[in-house]
Amino acid sequence: MSDLSKLTLAESRHGLSQKDFSSVELTTACLDSIKHQESTLHAFVTVLEDDAIESAKLADKNLASGAWNLDTHPLAGIPLSLKDNFLTKDQKTTASSKVLDNFYPQYDATVTAKLRAAGAVIIGKNNMDAWAHGSSTETSDFGPTHNPWDPTKLPGGSSGGSAAAVSSNEVICAIGSETAGSIRQPASWCGVIGFKPTYGRVSRYGVVAMEASLDSPGPLAKTVADAALLLGIIAGHDHHDATTPNLPVPNYAKALTKNISGMRIGIPNEYFLSDAQDGINDLVMRSAKQLEKLGVTLVEVSMMDPKYSIADYTIIQRAGVSSNLSRYDGVRYGHDRSYFGEEAKRRIMLGSYALSSGFYDAYYKRAQQVRMLLKRDFDRIFSSVDAILAPTSPSTALPLGATKGQSMFGELSDVLIEGSSLAGLTGVNIPVGLLGGLPVGMQLMANHFAEQTILNLAYAYEQSLSWKENTL
Amino acid sequence: MTYQLICGAEIHVELKTKSKMFCGCKNDPFHAAKPNIYTCPVCLGLPGGLPVPNQQAIENTILLGLALHSDIPTQSHFDRKHYFYPDLPKGYQISQKDEPFCQGGYVETTFGRVRLNHIHLEEDAAKMHHATVDGNKVSLIDYNRSSVALVEIVTEPDIKSPEQAKEFLKNVRDIIRSLGISDCDMEKGSMRLEANISLSPDGKLPNYKVEVKNINSFRYFANALTSEFTRQSAILDEGKTPVQETRGYRSDKSSTISQRTKEDAADYRYFPDPDIPPIEISREWVAQISKRLPELPSSKVDSLISLGISENAAKIIAINQVMMEYIDRVKTLNPKYVQQVAKDLVNKKIDSTKITPNEYIKSLDTKSTSKISDEAVLKPLIEKILADNPRVVADYKNGKQNALGFFIGAVMKATSGQADPNISSAILTNILK
Repeated sequence: MSDLSKLTLAESRHGLSQKDFSSVELTTACLDSIKHQESTLHAFVTVLEDDAIESAKLADKNLASGAWNLDTHPLAGIPLSLKDNFLTKDQKTTASSKVLDNFYPQYDATVTAKLRAAGAVIIGKNNMDAWAHGSSTETSDFGPTHNPWDPTKLPGGSSGGSAAAVSSNEVICAIGSETAGSIRQPASWCGVIGFKPTYGRVSRYGVVAMEASLDSPGPLAKTVADAALLLGIIAGHDHHDATTPNLPVPNYAKALTKNISGMRIGIPNEYFLSDAQDGINDLVMRSAKQLEKLGVTLVEVSMMDPKYSIADYTIIQRAGVSSNLSRYDGVRYGHDRSYFGEEAKRRIMLGSYALSSGFYDAYYKRAQQVRMLLKRDFDRIFSSVDAILAPTSPSTALPLGATKGQSMFGELSDVLIEGSSLAGLTGVNIPVGLLGGLPVGMQLMANHFAEQTILNLAYAYEQSLSWKENTL
Repeated sequence: MTYQLICGAEIHVELKTKSKMFCGCKNDPFHAAKPNIYTCPVCLGLPGGLPVPNQQAIENTILLGLALHSDIPTQSHFDRKHYFYPDLPKGYQISQKDEPFCQGGYVETTFGRVRLNHIHLEEDAAKMHHATVDGNKVSLIDYNRSSVALVEIVTEPDIKSPEQAKEFLKNVRDIIRSLGISDCDMEKGSMRLEANISLSPDGKLPNYKVEVKNINSFRYFANALTSEFTRQSAILDEGKTPVQETRGYRSDKSSTISQRTKEDAADYRYFPDPDIPPIEISREWVAQISKRLPELPSSKVDSLISLGISENAAKIIAINQVMMEYIDRVKTLNPKYVQQVAKDLVNKKIDSTKITPNEYIKSLDTKSTSKISDEAVLKPLIEKILADNPRVVADYKNGKQNALGFFIGAVMKATSGQADPNISSAILTNILK
């Protein structure tokens, strides 16, 4: 039998339903893949081998008896991984911080519960930047994750473990979370689909918080169709999360279409940075032309310079971090605050300063005002286009150690993403080519709850060519 | 030198909602069988826990605002207030700063109106227990109270005396109880008080204030004002300014002791809680809530006064449900006795458990002094009655004493009950002698 771990989610579902293989076989293939690669990649904080095999056996039994099928349990028997900031009941959840290195949650995150209810096999918890503070996975208190394309390179972050696990076929698919770039940027550097839903589309309940007005859980997958299916499963109103509106969840996977003719895509000149790595802008523009061939109208638009979003995002996010990390006060969880890493401490300091009496108006309040301007800028663009297209990251994967002494590393590398995150928009990274043997990502951004728009555009693009052959 | 006492009050009241402020846990900290049985990821402050506001608590807060004449804004939001304390599991309390549910308002007292700054809604902290377990001194935390809905009523510095403070606090408590939104049990801690106290030589607001905490009765509140007045007067007399600080009230000594000075006052780093979207308050919603307003003590007082009852008596009756019902009944039976009954109720001449309003009115009827006591009016009337009833006169003269009752009854009938029975009787016996 060929290596089952290389299958997509759609192929895995098909094979399981056709009884070509069992969930135990599929799960074992992924566990083997993890065993072979983890010493190089370190994409996991925790591998739940025994629990995963148990879940796989249960899935096999229920699929065999007919108790489960693809309609009732769309992820029946599928081995996948979760970023380690999603709470998993009685299974260690650390957010890659030593503060929580012995934390076994009393409850499942809503996303975790939805995946379990869909029959998924949770195979492990992915490494990340500690508390999701970063864009490299290098700030993990348990050591960095390495890029499967080149282990001397970073995977990006903060969902770097999830992106690397999907990219290296350690899992069929994974769930990450994005505050500003933490799904799209590692997806870009690892060459996978990374989907960031509209803020509020997916519940944050049971996700270790970074910044409450930005955090958005979302899928990382091998194909657009896989991402669409996962999104449909984890999306929806949650009575535990007051920021999830009670809107119906479309069947994204079923509605997926290659027919995108007539759609209008805005190309903002300001997002094609003059100091971007050579070749990135060219490959992304070439991909835009590919979409044009598929019937899309490209529209040049002018937007607010994305550089303004760096400062704005930094203030809002640091303020949120300083507040959200207050609960780790040394009374609970077994460790005091000296267990916080350097990056967390820096963020707590800066955030506390921005919120302190006398500085609030100059920093936090001002940042929220600028955020409103950013949102209005997007509103203006979306009055004339369906989506915005840009590079996801100004560079391909950088070498390990690139973050050393660079306390603003993440903010600078996510410059093309932060604006859309601050505006609460949905976005997707699609791999569009290779540069020096490393993946290049293109992002499509759309208005609130317009997930289907960018899923269709990404799907049409993906189906029209083989991205790995697209080089300069 | 003489000084004017200036005091503002902060009153915390735990709301009697079914569930806690931001989660579905039962709100019943005082009757819980064991510690930590009404808890969940949200009120334990676990990673990933998210607050979802309690609609009943919000409506009760708005109801209180309406009862205390506050303005209800069209939008309100929750803020995070940060401080570290073991009983605060998130490291911040969800409270309100810029946009509370109720703005302004006032409470009347006989010493003048006490204006409110605002009323806001927040969550209570858990409860610490310091105990000895297996010979070790330990601090335990009970989260049954964690995140219970708490309203805070903040006044302007309008309280001028201990007497006014007591009356104000009683009025507030009575109103809250009449709304049925809290028991206001000071002993259990469902109502907690703080005072901001300063003294002014000229009535203007001075540039310092002393905050007094740990006050758990209205009497202690008044005592705190008295003792602070003495303490601060002495400092001011020396030409110094009292230190701006937080002091604790010691009921055993009827005085206050310093707890914390301004230098180490917390910077709470307030900011809008991003977990909770701002709350739009439509006028329709407010109108619906206002339907729940019962007649409040202050408006009851007004309506009692309009019946001719004295202000003092009205105030006592308005906050006493039994007296209020008694007066209502009397008003229906015979409004002319309302003033008399009110007076007798307040002076405790009526035992309402023994005599019904109807019985009491009848007793008043018989006691009632008539308007016609003038002999010049009554005598001709009586002579006519005697002339019309010669046989009864004969009976009387033959020793039938109850014949006198017949004549008095006839006099009453002829005067529609307005004749004075005693005088009538005297005239009758005199003529018939």
